[in-house]
Amino acid sequence: MMARLPTLWTWRRRLRVGLLCLLALIAVVGASGLIYALYPATMPETGPLHSRLLPAEFEHLRSVADFNGITDPASRSIAFFEEAGRVIEHPRCLNCHPRTDRPTQTDDMRPHTPWVTRGEDGGGAPTLRCSTCHQAENFAASGVPGNPKWKLAPIEMAWQGQTLGNICRQLLDPTRSHMTRDELLHHVMEDELVGWAWHPGGNRQPAPGTQQEFGALIKAWLDTGAVCPQ
Amino acid sequence: MSFVLSVNDQAHIIEDDGETPLLWVLRDRLNLTGTKYGCGIAQCGACTVHLDGQPKRSCSIPLKAATSSQITTIEGAEGEEVTALRNAWGAHDVPQCGFCQSGQIMSAVALLRQNRTPTDTDIDHAMSGNLCRCATYNRIRAAIHDAAAQLGQPA
Amino acid sequence: MTDPAAKTPRFSLTRRRLILGGSLIGGALVVGYVAANPMQVAGAVLQGGGADPDPSAFGPFIRIAADGWVTIVNKQQELGQGIHAGLAAIVAEELDADWDKVRVIDARSNFRAYGVQMTAGSNSIASNWDLMRNAGAAARSMFVGAAARRWDVPVAEIHVRDSVVSHPASNTAATFAELLAEASREKPLQSPVLKQVHDYRLIGSDRVRRKDNLPKSTGAQIYTQDVQRPNMLVAVVAHSPRFGGKLAQFDASDALSVKGVVDVFAIETGVAVLAETTVAAMQGRAALRAEWTDTNAETRSTDDLVQYFRDTAAGGTDVEPSEFQTMGEGYDSPFDGEVAEFSFDFPYLAHAPMETMDCVAEVNGWDVSITSGAHLATIDQVQSALTARTVPGKVDIEVLPSGGSFGRRGNMSSDYLVECVRIAKRVEGRPIKLMWTREDEMASGYYRPMSHHRVWVQLGSDGFPTRWRVHIVCQSLLPVGPNFTATEGIAHSPYFTTASTVDGKIFTPKFPVIVGFWRSVGHSHTAMVMEHVIDQLARRAGRDPADYRRVFYEKAADSRRLAVMEELCRKADWGKPLEAGWARGLAIHEAFGTVVGQVAEVRMMEERPVVRRVISVVDCGIPVSPDQITAQMEGGIGFGLSAALYGEVTLREGLVQEINFRHYPILRMNEMPAVETHIIPSVNKPTGMGEPGVAPIAPAVANAVLALTGRATERLPFLNRAARNSAGFSL
Repeated sequence: MMARLPTLWTWRRRLRVGLLCLLALIAVVGASGLIYALYPATMPETGPLHSRLLPAEFEHLRSVADFNGITDPASRSIAFFEEAGRVIEHPRCLNCHPRTDRPTQTDDMRPHTPWVTRGEDGGGAPTLRCSTCHQAENFAASGVPGNPKWKLAPIEMAWQGQTLGNICRQLLDPTRSHMTRDELLHHVMEDELVGWAWHPGGNRQPAPGTQQEFGALIKAWLDTGAVCPQ
Repeated sequence: MSFVLSVNDQAHIIEDDGETPLLWVLRDRLNLTGTKYGCGIAQCGACTVHLDGQPKRSCSIPLKAATSSQITTIEGAEGEEVTALRNAWGAHDVPQCGFCQSGQIMSAVALLRQNRTPTDTDIDHAMSGNLCRCATYNRIRAAIHDAAAQLGQPA
Repeated sequence: MTDPAAKTPRFSLTRRRLILGGSLIGGALVVGYVAANPMQVAGAVLQGGGADPDPSAFGPFIRIAADGWVTIVNKQQELGQGIHAGLAAIVAEELDADWDKVRVIDARSNFRAYGVQMTAGSNSIASNWDLMRNAGAAARSMFVGAAARRWDVPVAEIHVRDSVVSHPASNTAATFAELLAEASREKPLQSPVLKQVHDYRLIGSDRVRRKDNLPKSTGAQIYTQDVQRPNMLVAVVAHSPRFGGKLAQFDASDALSVKGVVDVFAIETGVAVLAETTVAAMQGRAALRAEWTDTNAETRSTDDLVQYFRDTAAGGTDVEPSEFQTMGEGYDSPFDGEVAEFSFDFPYLAHAPMETMDCVAEVNGWDVSITSGAHLATIDQVQSALTARTVPGKVDIEVLPSGGSFGRRGNMSSDYLVECVRIAKRVEGRPIKLMWTREDEMASGYYRPMSHHRVWVQLGSDGFPTRWRVHIVCQSLLPVGPNFTATEGIAHSPYFTTASTVDGKIFTPKFPVIVGFWRSVGHSHTAMVMEHVIDQLARRAGRDPADYRRVFYEKAADSRRLAVMEELCRKADWGKPLEAGWARGLAIHEAFGTVVGQVAEVRMMEERPVVRRVISVVDCGIPVSPDQITAQMEGGIGFGLSAALYGEVTLREGLVQEINFRHYPILRMNEMPAVETHIIPSVNKPTGMGEPGVAPIAPAVANAVLALTGRATERLPFLNRAARNSAGFSL
């Protein structure tokens, strides 16, 4: 017994010293943690910075004169339409010429969200009209595009999933396009909803060229016999 | 710029930029906070108000374009459809977090004013522009049917 | 000399102490609150220097007005789950109050009065069950005592029902209102006798309904977003576009020239723009020029991360695994015989609650006053105090209901709240409303972590597992400690019972993308892994998925899962044929103490599953409010299905790609399946309901897809970004 006492003492001492060390450690860690947490951080102040403007990219259309080299009238006519097709098959145009009752949106041509349908006049279901969200103008604050005529093309004028040749024949068929050739030309040159494709607002990519250039190509195509690609 | 805005049958003179979304005019200037900000891009419907009786997303209307219309917000919504819908909302315990419900009610009111006997498809068409993150959709649907039944056919 | 009686007891509660309520150091010693001393000490420390709620004779949770209306204080946060009604019903049941004359108010933050205020883990009913019952029963005992004294009859002969105290033998009765003065002078019973389950008149009945339907359908409900204060400024903050990015420099000159912008300054999390209106603050931020240092930022893309996770699971990175469950000899050795292998990839998920993060704060010297949908009020108090250099007791939080949360507002760093306090500290004396846009919220992280699971199962000749190996790669939600939130739902699975060895390992990579608690937490992926693997194993064994599961549940003596599954099979007509092109999928999962089984009826449309109906069965102990249990099941299924079909937050060179609903679709009205909910009767203590409904829907759908197409689902969502964007695809 006697021999074990000092050992016991030592053990207790060790324990006490150990505990004290542990407490001290906790205190030190706690205190330094607090100092770290409470130490006022220095913040940058305002200073001059130049904004970097990204160069805007424009896609151009070839002009009518660019096709003078094609001598065969039919080939030239087709070439005019194929160049105009860069506009026709652009997402800005295709999105509202869907083959279902639902438009698509964005350059990716995703299905439109929210879930909307064309309704009887192409302007949406009576209780969820296009105009619930789309106003007469593009609205920068919400990024929602707008136009007074905002609506879908009739289902007979569905372009999505069609070849350019089929779209061409569709345009020339008054039972589907509901337009004579003169009306068609007027539509592509003057219509403000068509014109929206070149002024889509937000970060949307506009259709190539300008409405005038597009109209000139369609006119040249009509003038050269309105031949359709295959 | 100075604009005259007619909200809930009251005229207000608003000094603000014409490009300010109507939503924020209602909330910050007129303290009509029942109309909610949820996404700011017309995806969620929490900010739905009526312009001349038509449901519109107020986040996507510039102040300058709202001056010629009679604006109704959730605070000013009234009429038999509104009463029937609120009763049905309570009877079905529709709201959870409740944040989208102002917009849901405004869309549902417009639906019932156009269609007293909506089918499930009609409800889908009218209501799919209003998100509910709590997914109270089934109760909204049941409550709309219930309210329609209470209202009966228009005389 | 110490008087032994003076030490007694923490359970003894004098009337005086009760009336003074929380103003004593032992403020936790209130009606029905049987707290241990450490809690009182913690309360005194945490709430030191702070004010207490108005004293009530009936303790901190119950106030009774002269007209007999009972006001019950909801200590948890109402974020849609209906907790205000659930807790109040428990109090009202034991108090025998007239439920139609009960109103509920939300408690401010006060540790001393209410104890821990944390709305998390689907725990609000479970963790306050005893507290609320005792609070109600103790207050009831005061009315019984007062009546016995007034009528001079024995306490045992007194009945209480619908706020009326009666003594049938003498045909005497009095309302709470009539007895109020006397009752408030009574001494409450310290351990009142609580009701038995079969005595419940309110709990478990359809009468337990929400009390907030009216303000929530008239626009009158005030959320943080709606708070207006005199002299208030709105703050919008420009954050680093990448996780871990730091502000290098900024130029406020253009921002300050926006009309209405008042101040622009840097804070720890970015650049704050303060303005008189929300629009001005947003425009100010748009005009701000800022440059960020990405030295410590995450710059990888999602594809890189998926590959990194797969490499990690294969031991190809420097992330060392730790064991979360191992069993049997040689669990680490290679498998032999017939081995089934599975692989899963899960994406980051954003909470996207309808109300974005927002907070109103004002700092005045030591005092911080906050109004917000604070989810973890106790933690939020401490974090705000650290930020404002004050003590937690000086932080007063007015807890408002929030427009959802789904876990976003409940994070240990109280991120948006702290950000608001930082700004308010800079402009002391002026209230600040911090507004986050949807884009801010979705790019801010606290996502459900992405994860990769590898599963190997060695099968016996009977088609049942003899060995399991599950390796998980997933970031941890907590800075220290085991990564249990990634393994819950797999660890100790009943499906391990037929096996002799189990090798469960978790790899926890660390990188700057911030992850957090997302409704159902780890179960949001682990349920999919286990339930989808089991269906594939059943298929391999040529067994019906329900029959196959039954073997495990019986072996594990898991009577709750068994009962849920049997009821589910009955209600869902399991085994009976559906129309051509449709199939059922089954999943059973336990989360937060609650067992949920779901059967989904699914068809395929252009490679995507369409769900028309979900039948669900739940065992959540004593059902307090069947109506709200049903609501949570419906909501959980909608939330889970949204994530399963579309949910995915991706990074491109560190930049979040889905920052609004346009790219992060949420289930809409036309996509919501019909939901049928059946509740298993129970006498067990209630368990959670806010989250458990979420987890089983993804595997139920995946199992139906498996039945329809024979194809296993190896990744979620079913429709990834590329599929959602494809032109030919129509929702």
